[in-house]
Amino acid sequence: MSPKSPTRQSPLLAIYAGLVFAFIYLPIVVLILYSFNRDGVGGFPPRHFTLDWYSQLFADGSIWDSVLNSLLVAFGAVALSLVLGLLAALGLDRATFPGKALFRRLVLLPLILPGIITGLSLLMFAVFAGMQLSLLTVFLGHGTALISVATTEVFAGLQKIDRAQEEASLDLGATPWQTFWRITLPNLRLPLIAAGLLIFTLSMDEIAVTFFLIGRDNTLPLEIWSRLRRGMTPEINAVSTLIFAVSVALIIIWYRIRMRSMGSEAQQLLERP
Amino acid sequence: MYSRAYKTVVSAPPLLWVALFLLVPYALMFAHSLWLVQDGVLVRHWNLSNFQRLFANPLYTEVFLRTVRIAASVTLCSLLLGYPLAYYLSFHAGSRKDLLYQFVIVPLWVSYLVRGYAWKTILGSDGVLNGFLQYFHLTREPVGFFLYSPFAVILMLTHIYTPFVFLPIYASLEHIPRPLIEASQDLGANPRSTFFRVILPLSMPGLLAGATFAFVLSLGDFLGPLLVGGSSGTMIANIVQTLFGAVYDWPLGAAISVCILFITLSLLFLTERFEKRWSFK
Repeated sequence: MSPKSPTRQSPLLAIYAGLVFAFIYLPIVVLILYSFNRDGVGGFPPRHFTLDWYSQLFADGSIWDSVLNSLLVAFGAVALSLVLGLLAALGLDRATFPGKALFRRLVLLPLILPGIITGLSLLMFAVFAGMQLSLLTVFLGHGTALISVATTEVFAGLQKIDRAQEEASLDLGATPWQTFWRITLPNLRLPLIAAGLLIFTLSMDEIAVTFFLIGRDNTLPLEIWSRLRRGMTPEINAVSTLIFAVSVALIIIWYRIRMRSMGSEAQQLLERP
Repeated sequence: MYSRAYKTVVSAPPLLWVALFLLVPYALMFAHSLWLVQDGVLVRHWNLSNFQRLFANPLYTEVFLRTVRIAASVTLCSLLLGYPLAYYLSFHAGSRKDLLYQFVIVPLWVSYLVRGYAWKTILGSDGVLNGFLQYFHLTREPVGFFLYSPFAVILMLTHIYTPFVFLPIYASLEHIPRPLIEASQDLGANPRSTFFRVILPLSMPGLLAGATFAFVLSLGDFLGPLLVGGSSGTMIANIVQTLFGAVYDWPLGAAISVCILFITLSLLFLTERFEKRWSFK
């Protein structure tokens, strides 16, 4: 019995873990497979390989319009969430203010509550404020809901910064503003990028909150949703496969960033006297 | 070290924004649950009639109980799948641990809608599963209950939430100091004892966090039922959705939402207290 594992290396457990993996990946594999199937999304086995569905997808104007809308909202949400999240993290780390504990919980709520509750609450607010539902309301919804993603990452990043650097900067005569721009912010580069990537992905996929805030212009998930109501074609498989490919690419980038941030952490630990 | 001005500039904008765009909306939801709709018009007359109607009408309680059953099933199945997987990765996977971890995370980054749609194509009467069964002569006719049933919703949501449940459990398991386990073995405990008396209790915080997350989000899910639930798989959030849509009874919908909110916050509060008891210092 190896000292590293508390139980015997059970082949049963390995098989079970393999089955769980298969379960997790099965629908995705089926999806990708059938995006190349000439005869539709069902039936078995898939025959007649074709790329027609992809060419139909690329010619489909309204899908690409919705992709553009999604990108607009996502970039906007990233900007809004990062700015407010950065400020909030700084505030939580360095200031005491009334309502701090409430704030910390409130800002997390949109991530923990079912999307319908946040979506409907924001809808009621929009109506109350006399706002028309549009990409603007969607942008405000995403940006607000995702603030805590940025706050959590940046806050963790702040804990790793050596305060001595900031203090030294101030002692040497730099203003707090200069210190922020030249010392604090560069040190937060990696957490900010990682948070931005995550916020971007979450915004692109967001459907529950968006469902209630959408106006005439659809985002990509809602465009796919309205197609589904009309019927299923492998074109939807094709766009789903592309979404999967982009997601995998993004997670590889995110993973690389995390590894670099851990690497620089290790370096800092080694350099500390 | 930080001036008053610095602290204000830093704390004020997020605080004000969150107060305006989160606190006010949630408060509005709460307020709406105490108002009324009469003759198609919203009347701001404070009363509890919405809540009374909810508890009195058997339709709502039936759907609500079904929703709780579905959410509980999803949570249980996700744990049964996610925990052993996390255990395997943490204790048996050795050098391949990180790579396998990335593989588990990948589906989380893929759209909920995409994954739900995939199940729709698999489970239908003309779907992949039925095609597969008929091709291999395991059945002669399409099996109907795979799709548009509570079973389909549970299956789909389990698929969505298993990675979510895996994450905190894996983190908890990784945090268990290995010397502790060796000590248990040295003291003569067999593997089963070590698991039940050392590993499981220490992984409780992660387990509870994952389970709460899966349960709460399944409870309020409305997209899953719309995709694969059909009429027998309708959940409470779908009712809320129609009340805000075609039926136009915002106060009643808000009342149900407040109930969901209350359950969610209570569960979160309870698990936090529980976590404090179980956490390892």
